[in-house]
Amino acid sequence: MSVGAAEMAPREIVTHAVDCADLTYRFGTHTAVDNVNLSIEPGEMFGLLGPNGAGKTTTIRMLTTLLKPATGTVAVLGIDAVAHPMLVRRVIGYVPQMLSADANLTGVENVELFARLFDVPRKARKQQVADALDAMGLTEAATRLAGTYSGGMIRRLELAQALINAPRLLVLDEPTVGLDPIARGVVWEYIGRLRDEHHMTVLMTTHYMDEADAYCDRVSLMHRGTIRATGRPADLRAGLGEGATLDDVFRHYTGDTLDKAPEEGGIRDVRRARRTARRLG
Amino acid sequence: MTYAAPGAPPAVSAELPVAGENPVAALRRLAGRIGTLCWVELRKIRHDRTELYTRAIQPALWLLIYGEVFTRIHAIPTPKGVSYLAYLSPGILAQSALFIAIFYGIQIIWERDAGVLTKLMVTPTPRSALITGKAFAAGVRSLIQGVVVVIIAAILGVSLTGNPLKLIAAAIVLVMGSAFFACLSMSIAGIALARDRLMGIGQAITMPLFFSSSALYPTKVMPGWLQAVSKVNPLTYEVEALRGLLIGTATTLWLDVVVLAGATIASITCASLLLPRLANR
Repeated sequence: MSVGAAEMAPREIVTHAVDCADLTYRFGTHTAVDNVNLSIEPGEMFGLLGPNGAGKTTTIRMLTTLLKPATGTVAVLGIDAVAHPMLVRRVIGYVPQMLSADANLTGVENVELFARLFDVPRKARKQQVADALDAMGLTEAATRLAGTYSGGMIRRLELAQALINAPRLLVLDEPTVGLDPIARGVVWEYIGRLRDEHHMTVLMTTHYMDEADAYCDRVSLMHRGTIRATGRPADLRAGLGEGATLDDVFRHYTGDTLDKAPEEGGIRDVRRARRTARRLG
Repeated sequence: MTYAAPGAPPAVSAELPVAGENPVAALRRLAGRIGTLCWVELRKIRHDRTELYTRAIQPALWLLIYGEVFTRIHAIPTPKGVSYLAYLSPGILAQSALFIAIFYGIQIIWERDAGVLTKLMVTPTPRSALITGKAFAAGVRSLIQGVVVVIIAAILGVSLTGNPLKLIAAAIVLVMGSAFFACLSMSIAGIALARDRLMGIGQAITMPLFFSSSALYPTKVMPGWLQAVSKVNPLTYEVEALRGLLIGTATTLWLDVVVLAGATIASITCASLLLPRLANR
């Protein structure tokens, strides 16, 4: 996909879906994101991989205008996220790490809330809400309170919320964390369908290497705030020789394993993961 | 399909929203966002009315037990021709709105923990519009609760004004008061950052706010230092305005409204400035 897009027009005319240059963010003295350079082509399914505390979520937060970078620039579809946050918000759909649908509203109401917040005209609202729910296979459950949904259904409801705006870039922070294997497969199926049918660019963070390998066109390996390697999963694996897994690749570039808890910056992420677990359990 | 034309190239330069916005459009959007967040509040009340009933118990007890007893012992001087129960009713009305509004700080921390807040902040909604919307949502809930309190007062024989203009004015005062205390609570949330901490602070400030206002007794029976506190307590102005409008006691209505409006605007500003601090935690 990325190659095709590059061939269609001269390089300088093609706007990257995401462009980060020398992006840096600090929490006090701790540098959470350190000189990150990242270019994502339109239509790409791009994975940001790394353990808890690697700086993935902080990078996403700068991209979604939630944080202002200390130094460096971040642009979405050519729009500077610091200079024009409102414009950037109009072109992205965002699904945070926690299951964030409102349990006290129905499926329809959850999506309608975002239709209103994205200024979908009143006349078109009802139909668009119904279409978004339908696209995520939630038509039957639409009038039930989201509190009665399973984890996988809530994730799909969140995707429906993110879709209402017809985003050009879908940002997913750990889309399958806390879901059982079957629900995970279903969520991936829907994400893939969205990308294929609507030519969205999808940027996701994950620490599941197998999922990244199976679903991402390209990945960046992130560790302690820096990007260590970027490429197609197959190319990265091939670079290491026969039978290498993405886990091996990660170990090769970082000298570290994914399951090893990082010494710094991990507490916030762990706390977040616990919150999610609590909501699910 | 509503999201993008099938087969559309992943071009990104077209269809982008226009930068810059005139003040009229900004105001319309603000009104739209307030409407949306009030709509959410009404839907939630519709789905679950328990809180409406449980929150009616306290004001009922204040009026029924405290009010009846203190009416009998004539301990508190009231204006000529006004029974103590009638004098007390607007105070309890303001108190029940205060207790509801103080809860909004806890709610916004809960929303932060659940990921709802970050998702709202990635929609094209300015921080101030988000806070103002929540402030008015608190007003809507207080208003519905207020109707319950007024009915209880009426059952106990308090005759409130039947003048529709005065009732509307009283509703506006109640909404403004709730908006102020909701923003005060959300500001404290932006400083305290954790829910359990805020619950403690909330309990520590609601009672002093209540007792240092003119909700239970006229300020002239207070010791000098307490009178000084009550003069800077917005709840006093809310109670005085409600009392003047609902039971016709003497007050400087314009001063009450100006103080309340000023306090509301200041607290909205304060809460909006503290919102990113809360969200990025």
